[in-house]
Amino acid sequence: MSKRIYITGIGIISAIGNNVAEVLSSLEAGKTGIGEITLFPTLHQGSLPMAEVKLSTAQMLNLTGQEGSEDFTRTTLLGMIAAKEALNSAGIKDVSTLRTGLLSATTVGGMDRSEGFYKKFLEDPAKGRLKDVINHDCGDSTERIAAYLGINYLISTISTACSSSANSIMFGADLIRSGKLDRVIAGGTDSVTKFTLNGFNTLMILDKRGCHPFDEHRAGLTLGEGAAYVVLESEEMVRKEGKQPLAELTGYGNANDAYHQTASSPDGTGAFLAMTKALEMSKLKPYEIDYINVHGTGTENNDLSEGIALERIFDPVPPFSSTKSFTGHTLGAAGAVEAVISILSICQGMIFPNLNWSTPMKELTIEPVTQLLKKRSIRHVLSNSFGFGGNNSTLILSQPPQSV
Amino acid sequence: MAPFINGIGLISPQQTTNPGVFLPEVMEYAVDFLRAVDPNYKAYINPLAARRMSRLIKMGITSAKIALIDAGMLPSPKGEGSGVGSSPDAIITGTGLGSVEDTEKILTGMNAGEQLMNPTPFIQSTYNTISSQIAITLKCHNYNSTYVHRSFSFESALQDTLLQFAEGAAMTVLVGGIDEMTDNHLQITRRAGHWKMSPVNNLQLLSTRTFGALAGEGAAYFLLGNQSTASTYATLRDVKTIYKLEKPLKLEEAIHDFLSVNNLNVNQLDVVILGYNGDFHFDAVYDQLGSGIFNGTQQVWYKHLCGEYYTSTGFALWLGANILKHQMIPAAVKFNNMPSERLQNILIYNQYRNINHSLLLLSR
Repeated sequence: MSKRIYITGIGIISAIGNNVAEVLSSLEAGKTGIGEITLFPTLHQGSLPMAEVKLSTAQMLNLTGQEGSEDFTRTTLLGMIAAKEALNSAGIKDVSTLRTGLLSATTVGGMDRSEGFYKKFLEDPAKGRLKDVINHDCGDSTERIAAYLGINYLISTISTACSSSANSIMFGADLIRSGKLDRVIAGGTDSVTKFTLNGFNTLMILDKRGCHPFDEHRAGLTLGEGAAYVVLESEEMVRKEGKQPLAELTGYGNANDAYHQTASSPDGTGAFLAMTKALEMSKLKPYEIDYINVHGTGTENNDLSEGIALERIFDPVPPFSSTKSFTGHTLGAAGAVEAVISILSICQGMIFPNLNWSTPMKELTIEPVTQLLKKRSIRHVLSNSFGFGGNNSTLILSQPPQSV
Repeated sequence: MAPFINGIGLISPQQTTNPGVFLPEVMEYAVDFLRAVDPNYKAYINPLAARRMSRLIKMGITSAKIALIDAGMLPSPKGEGSGVGSSPDAIITGTGLGSVEDTEKILTGMNAGEQLMNPTPFIQSTYNTISSQIAITLKCHNYNSTYVHRSFSFESALQDTLLQFAEGAAMTVLVGGIDEMTDNHLQITRRAGHWKMSPVNNLQLLSTRTFGALAGEGAAYFLLGNQSTASTYATLRDVKTIYKLEKPLKLEEAIHDFLSVNNLNVNQLDVVILGYNGDFHFDAVYDQLGSGIFNGTQQVWYKHLCGEYYTSTGFALWLGANILKHQMIPAAVKFNNMPSERLQNILIYNQYRNINHSLLLLSR
């Protein structure tokens, strides 16, 4: 298995921008997307912040040419916009020319609509509009994104909590390396919902001030929404089409913490194993990593466990930051959102700052990057995505060769 | 190289939790949906931990453990058999809906007000809870993933499994398909026209010739290995998913292609397992194949035993693997009667509402 996998296109929509260019300019300007909750009425309005995409569902229906349709959940629409941008960015006009797959990840699927259905259904089982609930399952969003892009060769949906879309990128790469596919659009999408907001709130891990990753006084995460996709292509296809890729996927690793359903182990076992596996696959030494886009949710537990794992592997730990301080935690989309940000780091030679940081964690010796760093040679970026259930995944993205 | 199926754990509406016997008798029901028979979970899960777990999680852990015991990787609850105690190199789950019960609990709690909600259902409602609870139970730090795509959920998990073997990343993989039905979910999907409107006798499912399927549920885990063992059932040779066919004829073409990629033709199939679910409209797809490409093949069906659910092909794979191991086709699953001698190759074809089509190939 020596086949190389290249990334030839990227697409993203998040609280800091509706496309790659807008996201990049917010990252450069240090402009966060975290703000007030506006999308749905909730008891937590005014007391808990969120990172919402700055488009209404109706605006997204217009943007995708689906005006007036009731078949699309917010999760689906976010996915359609980002996946289309990825396809365009890769210069793909006709998906049917090659064996093309779509692997999408999500943790909530169509919950933004089904939570409204249930309210009426619970009052009277004959009530509630079926149109609001039949798009509930995760596969629905993927099938609608696939239809929008014209993909029908191979599709699937992954859900491993907050590492979901890192795993869809890994599965996509494995499918290409085994020769089952020529290229894959892989990533994930999740909208914010009242369901997830209340779910995380019961765990008491939402920071009322907005997340403060890797800060001594951090008090939890901030939920965000968004979608991001990358176009993965085999070395053979990139050569054949004479493309210049944006990045190479040089390594990836998936491991399980096997410690607790929602808490990370104190020694960061799962994180350590995922990073070690990815480094082994890439054949890179820890010192060759120029930047780490950490999972860095801002919860007491994650940042400590991840920080300990970083210190176990790297000496010294390379520059790192959590861009969740910009985008919020986009759950099923987070792995792909941060893969796109990591690719921007390579392409632009920049390291984006970790916002809201002021005090070092007392258990650690490391501090995140807090100012934008420019004009750097970023050859290899390691990106972590860790989830509930101990599902930990790491991707390594690298500068591609001058000519493939 | 095709991996070997070396252990199976199946919780279903039939008596299937003892891998030592193959469908000793068939359970007859007249019900709204086929509910899986709950085994004695306490024999497999610490009762203290089990108390907090929803039913789906218990079904998942228990069927996974039965598969590992069957494969000789864990000792039996009575302490029989040594059980090498090693963890699988990967744990991969397919589930169309995850824990519906927990999701409904949160929605009900939220409807009562956004205060004083219980965190446990939220923790268990994430789709990857089953795979990760199995990992926690086994203290298994290896590769772990979950696929959640309608009737591709289990198939995608199997595709990933085959890739783990092909890359040499795994010598053993624990892979499963699991879904549950709840009263609320049954009501909603029945309103959407998915199910029969009144109770039906499962063994006479096809004689009603009406729209709507008979709903079901189940949990099936398989321990696959790159070596055959004394407990080997069959080899899993290939898995393919087909999303939306342009026209019906393309289906026969796709089946021919799939077989030919695996150096087989239709005449070399000893059994084809078809996903008839009692919905008159969608069963027509199987009828066409039965009188067409599979006209001369022994046809078998299974959803009258387990019902329709997103990961029902887990039941079909259990059935196919047992037919090959025991060299016997139970009368209750025969759709037609063809003379057969040696049973070597079995194809499973299933479709969900003519949108998600899948093919699984297994050999002796």
